[in-house]
Amino acid sequence: MLSDFLVAAIVAGTPLLFAVLGEIFAERSGKLNLGLEGMMLMGAVVGFQVGLSTSQVGLALLSAMIAGGAGALIFAVLTITLRSNQVVTGLALTMFGMGFSSFVGKNLVGEALPETIKLFFQPYPIPFLCNIPFLGPILFARDPLVYGGYAAVIIGSLYLYRTRCGLHLRAVGENTAAADAAGIRVTLYQYVHVVLGGILCGLGGAYLSLVDVPAWQDNITAGRGWIAIALVIFCKWNPWVVFLGAYLFGGLDIIGFRLQRFDIPISQYIIDMLPYLVTILILVISSVRKSRGSAGPAEMGHPYFREEK
Amino acid sequence: MIQMQTRTHCPGWYLFAVRFGAVFLALLTASIFILIIKQNPLQVYWAMIQGAAGTKYRISETIVKAVPLLLCSLGIAAAFRMKFWNIGAEGQLMVGSVAATFFALHGATWPQPLLLGSMMIAAILAGALWGLIPAFFRARFKTNETIFTLMMNYVALNIITYLQYGPWRDPRAMGFPKIPTFATNAVLPKVWNVHMGWIIALLVAVIMYVFMRHTKKGYEIAVVGESENTARYAGMKVGGIIMLTMAISGAICGLAGMIEASGVSRTLSVHVSGGVGYTAIITAWLSGLSAPVMVVVCVLFAAMIQGGTYIQMAHHIPQSAAQLLQAIILFFVLGSEFFTRYKLVFKR
Amino acid sequence: MTIETDLYVKMQDICKTFGEVRANHNISFEVHRGEIYALLGENGAGKSTLMNILSGIYTPDSGRIYVHGEEKHFTTPSQSIEAGIGMIYQHFKLVDPLTATENIILGQKGHFLLNKRALSRRIHELADQYGFSIDPNKQAYDMSVSEKQTVEILKVLYRGADILILDEPTAVLTPQETKKLFDVMRAMKKQGCAIVIITHKLNEVMEISDWVSVMRKGETVGTIKTSETTPTELTNMMVGKTVSLSIHRPEAKKEPGVFKVTDLCVRDKEGVLRLDHINFELNGGEILGVAGVAGSGQKQLCEALTGLQPLESGSIHFRGRDMAGLSPREISLSGISVSFIPEDRLGMGLVANMDMVDNIILRDYYRQKTFLLHRRPSEEKAERLVTTLNIQTPGVHHAVKKLSGGNIQKVLLGREIACDPNVIITAYATRGLDVGSSHVVYELLNKQKTKGVAILYFGEDLDVLLELSDRIMVLCNGRISGIVDPNQVDKEALGFMMSGARKLDREDWV
Repeated sequence: MLSDFLVAAIVAGTPLLFAVLGEIFAERSGKLNLGLEGMMLMGAVVGFQVGLSTSQVGLALLSAMIAGGAGALIFAVLTITLRSNQVVTGLALTMFGMGFSSFVGKNLVGEALPETIKLFFQPYPIPFLCNIPFLGPILFARDPLVYGGYAAVIIGSLYLYRTRCGLHLRAVGENTAAADAAGIRVTLYQYVHVVLGGILCGLGGAYLSLVDVPAWQDNITAGRGWIAIALVIFCKWNPWVVFLGAYLFGGLDIIGFRLQRFDIPISQYIIDMLPYLVTILILVISSVRKSRGSAGPAEMGHPYFREEK
Repeated sequence: MIQMQTRTHCPGWYLFAVRFGAVFLALLTASIFILIIKQNPLQVYWAMIQGAAGTKYRISETIVKAVPLLLCSLGIAAAFRMKFWNIGAEGQLMVGSVAATFFALHGATWPQPLLLGSMMIAAILAGALWGLIPAFFRARFKTNETIFTLMMNYVALNIITYLQYGPWRDPRAMGFPKIPTFATNAVLPKVWNVHMGWIIALLVAVIMYVFMRHTKKGYEIAVVGESENTARYAGMKVGGIIMLTMAISGAICGLAGMIEASGVSRTLSVHVSGGVGYTAIITAWLSGLSAPVMVVVCVLFAAMIQGGTYIQMAHHIPQSAAQLLQAIILFFVLGSEFFTRYKLVFKR
Repeated sequence: MTIETDLYVKMQDICKTFGEVRANHNISFEVHRGEIYALLGENGAGKSTLMNILSGIYTPDSGRIYVHGEEKHFTTPSQSIEAGIGMIYQHFKLVDPLTATENIILGQKGHFLLNKRALSRRIHELADQYGFSIDPNKQAYDMSVSEKQTVEILKVLYRGADILILDEPTAVLTPQETKKLFDVMRAMKKQGCAIVIITHKLNEVMEISDWVSVMRKGETVGTIKTSETTPTELTNMMVGKTVSLSIHRPEAKKEPGVFKVTDLCVRDKEGVLRLDHINFELNGGEILGVAGVAGSGQKQLCEALTGLQPLESGSIHFRGRDMAGLSPREISLSGISVSFIPEDRLGMGLVANMDMVDNIILRDYYRQKTFLLHRRPSEEKAERLVTTLNIQTPGVHHAVKKLSGGNIQKVLLGREIACDPNVIITAYATRGLDVGSSHVVYELLNKQKTKGVAILYFGEDLDVLLELSDRIMVLCNGRISGIVDPNQVDKEALGFMMSGARKLDREDWV
């Protein structure tokens, strides 16, 4: 029973995991991209469409990542090169993604995914690890993309804290002018990490439409992109904490549906508010307990122009 | 080599040319999407114009769609002037409509002016409250208002879903989950074939223009938006100003909710806003937060939405094409602002 | 050809404009091995622009740059770093959450994976070589100003730079720290580095440099051997006309104890005690100068006295009336007119994007009777200020941030003086202003002093403080280390008090 719930929480948390990790990279470079919802939707619809028409998992995921990355590229060009307001540009990207996904997804409603794809996302137990009592089957008998999520978080953390590029990325987000003066190619770092963020978001979106749901429905993300932005704050921009944040919210996401059969006196629709209410709670708590580093990268949201006088 | 230089002055014709060029390029880009679904872009754009302004009925439909857009834009603009990124207009509109519906369902027998009046006041108060909650935390703890107001949208949406499936479900709808249609008493009367919401919206536009430009409070809002430090220095109560502004912002959006429920759908459903709260962010931004410009921009955007509905029927093009077009226009206008602030100097 | 190899940097006919401002015009500049060059000039003369061009931050509009005999076209700082140029910025370019080690290796090529232990060891060695002491694992936000400067210098040395540029390095140091820095500079010079020091302090030029280039309004006035010139000659070159360097200190009728601060304590948001039992009296008709290393509690003191900062304890009396705990508006409505010229002019004193009219109305808009805002009176006031203070602006409806630094300060000072203040508190009122504008500020303050206004003057230039103030109060770590008579002390003594090395007993205060 509990293990069932935890498995479902991991599955529901995986799209969030990719999106949060992606946004951490973007924000670490100093760019606040509020377009997560849009990029996830783009990835979800493109991944579904390609999966449906080619039956190739690899192509579906790749195209979803390209779609998310392309959305982020629009954001990058506007905010980095053309210095537009990051908040408004992010909102515009969300709206673009919503329009794009329902435009493309118009004919996808009700379509069933090919068997090859469903087969691919079967659980693959990892030998030995899946024999760990209780946790083994929950964590290590999952589909390949869940493992991909584990790997992404671990690699992302090591990249950020243990490599030269990661150090440079942190410097860009904390003090762009200093990083620039130190000879770091600021614009390149920002472009790369904003687009990387979009790629991860696209992947998260594809997981949603191909595995989690798995079918096409309009506005399939239902605010997960926004929750992911709040989760970045919850994680204090630290990729390691993404494991906790993403799966916790995966659990909250499905708890209303799961509790239905227990005949509790609270309406499912009220319980469905939980992820949003808890997000608000996290925002409030993290702002009340302001401590060093909890405010995020210092340059987040600011444009950078070397010759600004 | 290309170098950027800050533009020191920017003549009016240049501004106009840049904006116009941006919209033109946006239309060109959107054409690609239209071509992909094997349609002629020119025909589609012409059909949209036809759909928005081709007949008297379509014009009135365009105005009906412009009303909530204008109201929400006005509300959002007040908050944006203060650099308070209120993207919760959607939720503020929804709770406004919920509060209005409460009176519409429970006061159906009241005289019309009393009923409509209480619906309006309830909607205004509910919207204000919905705006005040994030404002309080922002003022007190500097809580990030962007995500807060957005989460409040989903909470509001879930409240309507709950009411629609639960306590307010119409028992006579034969199992269909819907809230009862309002009694005629609770419906906004029409003035010149369009519900009177358009008069309210124009009135609010005038009031907000005067308020933001020519009152002490409006000045305080602008100062807080430019620099909270300066506001504190000048002895302003920054927290109070933030909360007041958001109460006003939410109240206007809440009023839009009442108008939508009472004047348009005549009931309450999860579709009451139709995404107007998000579109209004675009229109508020594009009009540079100026109320008179907002009137024009909102009518144009409403025409796009109405045109989008029409081409869905006439050309079987998804209605979302209009949303796509709006987002593309916003992208290009956002990008074009660079060319009004900087000039590029080409050199070897 | 040996002479040529000693020529490290040659800049020829450099031009650079920002919008319509000509920052550099046909500037030529040379730097040789083992010599220290001073680049002297007022604020806005174009010194920093020239050096930013050399370090690749700005690209010149025209002109040539040769480094070690090779022509260079720097478009990014990394190209300049590779050529062996290292710039130590006036505003340190350190990343706060990163450690000293991380800051030093920033931007350097090397292994993809970081071996923190090996890097720390390497930095320890480097520090020992030049006689620095440093904790490689300390994060930048925990460092003192001089520690930060050490990291900046190590950063440049770590990269193997042999051309060092120091932009106003002593502005934030005590005289003692300055001396230490100069020793390090001499050591580097001996090891064969070429050093450029940007400054506007004449005594430093005379002490440390071999050559001096004077700049004025974006052009080079001349380059001379330091040993063959005098401070007076340099000043005349800098300013363009013979000016008297001295600041006037008029006598004024004193009104004792107008403003009385007793046992004032202030804690910041993190709970750190920033002001620790501050006691002083401010007389009417005097300028009380305040000296101290940056971050000694100046900001908290300013804000506590103006009602912007909640007090932990203590009292503030104005002519016997307690005004502690009142908000700025309550203070003003109770009839006490306190004028505060904050350090951050555009971010606190003024609204950068608004015009003069809307900025002037800021101080008295709330006294208007109705809810409507009448801009007409403020418009007239603005026009008057433009003529009386000779403010250079296209009009009163021009955004203040587009004005020059001196004119911005005139708007702010003019507005505050027009409020008929009883007390004026100014924080770094002449920072970033040229000599001419600075003297306008001194004159305005002196005029208010002779009218009987009590003035608290926070300054950073000890020479100015010694000349302008009637008394000088020295802050150190949130405490007063003494209040002294400027005629009885010199800079060294102030420096010791600022660093806490010497403290006056209360009986010795003046």
